[in-house]
Amino acid sequence: MSSGGAREQILARVRRALADVPRAERPDDAPVPRDYLAVHGQRSHAASVDLLARNLTDYRARVHRTEAAGLPALLSRLLSERGARRVVVPPGLPRHWLVGAPVETVPDSAPAALTPHELDAMDSVVTGCALAIAETGTVVLDGDPDQGRRSITLVPDHHLCVVRTADQVVDSVPQALARLEPARPSTWISGPSATSDIELERVEGVHGPRTLEVILVAGDPRSASAPPLGVPPLDVRS
Amino acid sequence: MRVGLFVTCVNDTLYPRTGQAVVTLLERLGVQVGFPMDQSCCGQPLFNTGYRHGTEPLVLRYARAFRDYDHVVTPSGSCAAMVRENYPRLAAKAAAESRGEALTEAASDAAAKTYELTEFLVDVLGVTDVGAYFPHTVTYHPTCHGLRSLGLGDRPRRLLEQVKGLELRELAGAEECCGFGGTFAVKNPAVSSAMGRDKAHAITATGAHRVCTVDNSCLMHIGGILSREGSPVRPVHIAEILAATEGAR
Amino acid sequence: MSGRQDRQTTPDATPGTKPDTMTRPPGEPRGHSPGGTYLGMPAFPQAAALSTRDGRLRANLRHATHTIRAKRAQAVAELDDWDRLRRAGAAVKDRTLRHLDHYLLQLEESVTRAGGTVHWAADAAEANRIVTGLVRATGETEVVKVKSMATQEIGLNEALAGAGIRAYETDLAELIVQLGGDLPSHILVPAIHRNRGEIRDIFREHMARWGRPAPEGLGDRPADLAEAARLHLREKFLRAKVAVSGANFMVAESGTLVVVESEGNGRMCLTLPETLISVVGIEKTVPSWRDLEVFLQLLPRSSTAERMNPYTSMWTGTSGDGPRSFHLVLLDNGRTDTLADQVGRQALRCIRCSACLNVCPVYERAGGHAYGSPYPGPIGAILTPQLRGMASPLEESLPYASSLCGACFEVCPVAIDIPEVLVHLRERVVEGGPATLRGTRTVIKPARKHTAERAVIRATGWTLDHPGVLRHGQRLLSRTRRLHPRRLPGPGRAWTDTRELPTVPAEPFRDWWARARGDTA
Repeated sequence: MSSGGAREQILARVRRALADVPRAERPDDAPVPRDYLAVHGQRSHAASVDLLARNLTDYRARVHRTEAAGLPALLSRLLSERGARRVVVPPGLPRHWLVGAPVETVPDSAPAALTPHELDAMDSVVTGCALAIAETGTVVLDGDPDQGRRSITLVPDHHLCVVRTADQVVDSVPQALARLEPARPSTWISGPSATSDIELERVEGVHGPRTLEVILVAGDPRSASAPPLGVPPLDVRS
Repeated sequence: MRVGLFVTCVNDTLYPRTGQAVVTLLERLGVQVGFPMDQSCCGQPLFNTGYRHGTEPLVLRYARAFRDYDHVVTPSGSCAAMVRENYPRLAAKAAAESRGEALTEAASDAAAKTYELTEFLVDVLGVTDVGAYFPHTVTYHPTCHGLRSLGLGDRPRRLLEQVKGLELRELAGAEECCGFGGTFAVKNPAVSSAMGRDKAHAITATGAHRVCTVDNSCLMHIGGILSREGSPVRPVHIAEILAATEGAR
Repeated sequence: MSGRQDRQTTPDATPGTKPDTMTRPPGEPRGHSPGGTYLGMPAFPQAAALSTRDGRLRANLRHATHTIRAKRAQAVAELDDWDRLRRAGAAVKDRTLRHLDHYLLQLEESVTRAGGTVHWAADAAEANRIVTGLVRATGETEVVKVKSMATQEIGLNEALAGAGIRAYETDLAELIVQLGGDLPSHILVPAIHRNRGEIRDIFREHMARWGRPAPEGLGDRPADLAEAARLHLREKFLRAKVAVSGANFMVAESGTLVVVESEGNGRMCLTLPETLISVVGIEKTVPSWRDLEVFLQLLPRSSTAERMNPYTSMWTGTSGDGPRSFHLVLLDNGRTDTLADQVGRQALRCIRCSACLNVCPVYERAGGHAYGSPYPGPIGAILTPQLRGMASPLEESLPYASSLCGACFEVCPVAIDIPEVLVHLRERVVEGGPATLRGTRTVIKPARKHTAERAVIRATGWTLDHPGVLRHGQRLLSRTRRLHPRRLPGPGRAWTDTRELPTVPAEPFRDWWARARGDTA
């Protein structure tokens, strides 16, 4: 915008550079073969969930499995084992998930979003997810009210992420992208923060949460009586 | 089937025994071999150094020399790759400069009928046991052009495995370049030698008595280092192994 | 400053000039500009000759590249459609490049619609001016940075420093490079030339000058070094108001930018500050959201040999979540010149995975600094001379920095035929020919220093095309074979310094044939 001259200059250079491309050729005329696989291998849904667990574990995420009814007790146990005292939660996290957990829950929501320094004082964060990818061991967050702002799953050192196995596990990267909405900011997480910067050896734990715990829940954990925990839900789509 | 031998300039000048071995081997297998005297160099050293225009007469010469042959066999992976991969590229560039007709025809004709020796044996003649006898331990270095440009795969190994008396030793890091690279060897001598020394050490470590490849230019570099470093391993072209028989030599 | 213009006025490096990054002890400040510069570096052969004699560098590179090679091969083997993904990746990039004007306009519209501001920069100087102006407008005097090749290429940190703005590199390897006053030597792991012990020394010695000092008694375990970086950078992340990033992909149809990373420093920079400035090469565009399904499979397995890298961030303009203000600076800086070359343009498919570096036997021995640019290794050897033009002996030497072994092409996830482009660029060096330089078509002259070589080649070509003459030469060689010295003088030393010459046979093959078969020449 600021440099109209450069814009026209670059576009003109591009067009001159492409003098060999026939004028009549439309962008879609340039062929892209899509004969790669939509899914690698055939497996049952249960096998996909197992594969997700295996791949998450392979990259040092801690994986737990439970029925929907057991979720609050499991979260409570994991948080107390961790010694977490202050836990940040997104505005749309089902309230009953943390009922009985021996922690102070701190909601992060629009008018009173936590500052980076405030987030840094949190011990843990608990969220849901948009989906999980079995073949790569990935959970994807897209800012739905049960996941919240991107920074709340980044600054605290401990992230507990709940995946509904019934409808949130896909097999592959192509399947995942097809279900995501480009306009919403998304974060793909495959294990805890890591680096290969020292002698190209992978080491877990740099700036993001050094502990990632993924809880695979069978059944529908939303279907408890209590309303969401947070104050007015944050609509990141607006 | 009229088979012409493209001996290559390096073999012609420095390794005539390799050319002789190809003739011996092919004739033993019942193939009549011709050697057109007006052949020269495939042009690889010029082309790979950037002298594309200087290469063009050699492309035309190659096609002319082998015009009357059904197949051209060459004991060099890199020269075969030059003909098959780079002749068509060179012709396409000439065509873009609007002077490509003769070159296009020459290049496509040459590319279509040129075979590296082991490829010719396995794919055209359909043999892996060529009746050879070579009572030595041997390690095989797959040259880059053979491996990646021509896709020779396990053809040379399959031939070697059938040679009586031959014990094949695995070469660690076999697929890594020896560092020759034509003019690379003199334009970047430090890196070339460093690569060559690592290759030479891996070869010596196999305990083999001979190292063989499908290309004497790589062997000239590897052998030059082996000998400078005092290694007991001697270089030998695969054609000379395949041509050897009991009682001979 | 325009990188390319400066480079043109750089005096020819004399052989034997020391690229000082390679011989300095860790952390020793450089003589000239802080933060490192590639200006005035010697041509590849001289720089590479020095690094082949640096035992520690050789060991570091060998260890690192061999570690990742095997892992990459394994990660790739897991997908039985790898070749198809590779073909699709190349095709998506080719489609984008063939219609780049269309996709850039679509991208601009999408980003603008989503609340971002798009800027265009024809060269490094313009990009630096835009970013400096944007940072100044915020009133801030420091920025946090995500590792970005484009900002390395344009020398943004130096430009910001000149305007009184401090840029903090937050990627672990970039931090090591910045603290050590060093230059990056690898696309993915800029400090690959340093081992754990050297990194510990750099942290101990230099962290305090930049902020929180290294922990007492810091050892050399990679986990401890990573922890030290976490502590050192955290305060900077939490207080940062402005971040500068690059991007791995920009989706034209949606305006989405994608950053692929491992440590979380990228997420910190992309989400915590109020202002985000992304400087991205125009070739990073992909047409559609769906195209990401190809690259998000190709990239992690090729670069870090992982099924998926730990963190991938995608954002579209501004939303209620993250920076309130987002600026995208679209960078040309030689890319359209590269696009104009029908053989060379495939280099613009590159997704900066660095698989070609990790597998390259020349890179392993020469080290990244010898390539004299932020883009080392095989891809650098074809990208640098195209982005900058054949501006100096360095650029002219890069197309020759390869044995043409083809390992790079084999592993390239977007099938860039690097050997083909190398030979094509060699032709430009020795024969000259048409090229585009800063948007202007021109016919470049052959490089001057190749005059002698050209004369030899011309004579060789003529001889090879006259077999009678060739035969006389061969016979002469054979007859004088007992007189050949073991070591040659002059240029021949390049061979005989390390290798024996082959023994010349008593007669060439064609004489044997004529004798044995009664054929005549």
